[in-house]
Amino acid sequence: MSTKKSRTVTKRSWFKEFKRFPRHESSVIPLLQLVQEREGYVPPDVVRAISRYTGVPEAQICGVATFYAQFRFQPRGKHVIRLCQGTACHVQGADAILEHLKEKLSVEEGGTTEDGLFTLEVVRCLGCCSLAPVMMIDEHTYGRLTRRAVDKVLAEYRKEEK
Amino acid sequence: MSRVTEVQVGLASCGIAAGAEPVFHFLAKNLASQKVRVKPVGCLGMCFSEPLVAVVTADGERFVYGPVDVKKAERILEEHVRGGTPVEDLLAKENGFFAKQVRIVLENCGEIDPTSIEEYMARGGYEALRRVLREMTPQEVIEEITKSGLRGRGGAGFPTGTKWSFAAKEKDPVKFVVCNADEGDPGAFMDRSVLEGDPHRVIEGMIIAGYAIGASEGIVYVRAEYPLAVKRVRQAIADAEARGFLGRNILGSSFSFRISIKEGAGAFVCGEETALIASVEGKRGMPRRRPPYPAQSGLWGHPTVINNVETLANVPWIIRHGWEAFARYGTEKSKGTKVFALAGKVRHSGLVEIPMGLTLGELVLEVGGGIPGGRKFKAVQIGGPSGGCLPASLAHVPVDYESLKEHGAIMGSGGLIVMDEDTCMVEVARFFLDFTQKESCGKCTFCRVGTKRMLEILTRIVEGKGTPEDLDVLLDLGQKVKNYSLCGLGQTAPNPVLTTLRYFREEYEAHVRDKRCPAKVCRSLLTYSIEPELCRDCKLCTKACPVGAIVQGSGKFQVIQEEKCIRCGRCREVCPFGAVSVR
Ligand SMILES: Cc1cc2nc3c(=O)[nH]c(=O)nc-3n(C[C@H](O)[C@H](O)[C@H](O)COP(=O)(O)O)c2cc1C
Ligand code: SF4
Ligand code: SF4
Ligand code: FES
Ligand code: FES
Repeated sequence: MSTKKSRTVTKRSWFKEFKRFPRHESSVIPLLQLVQEREGYVPPDVVRAISRYTGVPEAQICGVATFYAQFRFQPRGKHVIRLCQGTACHVQGADAILEHLKEKLSVEEGGTTEDGLFTLEVVRCLGCCSLAPVMMIDEHTYGRLTRRAVDKVLAEYRKEEK
Repeated sequence: MSRVTEVQVGLASCGIAAGAEPVFHFLAKNLASQKVRVKPVGCLGMCFSEPLVAVVTADGERFVYGPVDVKKAERILEEHVRGGTPVEDLLAKENGFFAKQVRIVLENCGEIDPTSIEEYMARGGYEALRRVLREMTPQEVIEEITKSGLRGRGGAGFPTGTKWSFAAKEKDPVKFVVCNADEGDPGAFMDRSVLEGDPHRVIEGMIIAGYAIGASEGIVYVRAEYPLAVKRVRQAIADAEARGFLGRNILGSSFSFRISIKEGAGAFVCGEETALIASVEGKRGMPRRRPPYPAQSGLWGHPTVINNVETLANVPWIIRHGWEAFARYGTEKSKGTKVFALAGKVRHSGLVEIPMGLTLGELVLEVGGGIPGGRKFKAVQIGGPSGGCLPASLAHVPVDYESLKEHGAIMGSGGLIVMDEDTCMVEVARFFLDFTQKESCGKCTFCRVGTKRMLEILTRIVEGKGTPEDLDVLLDLGQKVKNYSLCGLGQTAPNPVLTTLRYFREEYEAHVRDKRCPAKVCRSLLTYSIEPELCRDCKLCTKACPVGAIVQGSGKFQVIQEEKCIRCGRCREVCPFGAVSVR
């Protein structure tokens, strides 16, 4: 979840970080994961570095990256909201919370607020179904959500900003 | 009263979410200088009562408290830990939660420190591995597992011993064991709890599988959304290596085995074994036609046994206690136990392990404690998005592979969502289809386009634009998607729709004929109104309404203008007098 500006990384410096992975097709996904962990997303120029390193064509790497839901191609906001839309949360009314969040933040799923403060993501089961509906903001989990509880939490984050 | 020796705090993902960390730090700080150990444990199962604290005494008695906050922890500390008297009024109320459970897979979960290999070993951990390497041939291991009747817990229920014997027969010197921890069912957390709470058990199961089939390499394929599980497994592997349970010449034998971790990247279909293999190889996770089965030709063309977390977690227990002990539990064709993640409209939402053959009713109403708020038990969704919705009238059906299948559901990996009269079955079916439709890998036309068409129809129905003919189209299309899809995703995607149509047809008909949602869920079909006799004119609803649809009535009450109302339900939420009704 880094909010740092993407470092201007040269191909060479990525290679250094890639070194513990074999130069093989099977490293494509772990390398994409490594890049995303560092940068918060997959910048287009890194695809070329991965291609050079593994010998897999760039087009194939893009194909792989877009297949998996985990990979993002845009930087994220300062705080990432991950709202659960798993079954348990759904039957406890999580869709109303999603709508509320979209309205409050004026973003769609996957979108980032204009001020760059929040990115709204939807996930399936955060593993605390007994607290449904549930969301995580960064590493923090909030359970038994209501619209009012959501407002309160968002306000706290906003206040912290000022 | 015997002396307190240990205090345990449930620090699995959901314990942390419920606020167990401050409780843990408070206890750890205050007991630092004493002879009482404070330790983090995994899921205790009673997620409904979290945060949980267990106090253990010198003679092995265990008192579970919950929900505990720092204030209550203070009392437990003073009265029980220091004073020796259990705090009766703070004990977690289990009300029959454990009475019908049998704990094999979960025997240690929530009781041991998952980061301590010593604690696992003190409870018989790695004894099975020792026995296998010293006293049994690979063939004998496979026989033992086969006789136990263990079947795959990842969904399909394939006999584990048979799967191993296929791979063992192959002559290839390179073979793999893969632990499937992708857990894609959105609303289930069994595998995660086992990995977080007792990771060594899965590692030991994998090593034994490797010995049985002649593999020297294992891979744990785990969902990337499970960071804590990944961390626990990583440490477990390192600790097992340090003790010589993994690596070259394990325990002085000629058998060598190593394990690595691969993190999934968020695609439900990658739980399917051939897609999983493609994903590990670095490709898009698309399933392929079987045969050849992975046991014959899997990763990079080598024989590969893929087993679910829970399947592997059963293995050490079976070796330690013998196949007879395991086969004593369960039914004729479904042996042992099954772990379920109970959630939804149920009092005891949490992690449970029951002997196969217990009925659905016993599972929901006794172990699960029934439905909260005096509502009526309506249905269970068993097996996640590939499973089916079974109505309360089938409460007598035993939980075993065959019986569930016969009624249109599947055992699945263990997600079990309870629904009450406030759940709309049409809407639930739409929810699951929306999930599978998005997760289809797109290879097969029926799975890709068919589920999309079905979703459009269901969306139409919940919006009040459905026709009676739509129901027949759904049935027909559902059957076709089942028949003409390559992998389990497409083959099972219509199940939630087909079972709800089978058991709750009148609810569908109410939607398409009368344009009415009996459970009062489908927004477009609702009408909100204010009862003038109940309204006290406090105007809370008027303030809450986002579209200004509420105005002063012809007296001391408010009225809703139907044409403006967007049916968001906020007025009903805020009204302190219950004056807003919905039809
Ligand atoms: C769409 C789809 C998703 C699956 N997801 C999982 C999963 O998350 N975990 C799992 O263990 N098995 C999953 N399976 C089943 C696996 O293909 C495979 O049968 C199983 O891992 C075999 O292990 P077992 O014999 O121990 O059950 C899935 C199957 C399909 C068709
Ligand atoms: S059935 Fe669906 S998910 Fe499975 S291979 Fe075909 S398109 Fe892909
Ligand atoms: S349901 Fe929502 S939109 Fe309709 S009157 Fe009530 S608050 Fe207003
Ligand atoms: S379904 Fe939301 S936490 Fe499990
Ligand atoms: S008791 Fe905490 S995860 Fe279940």
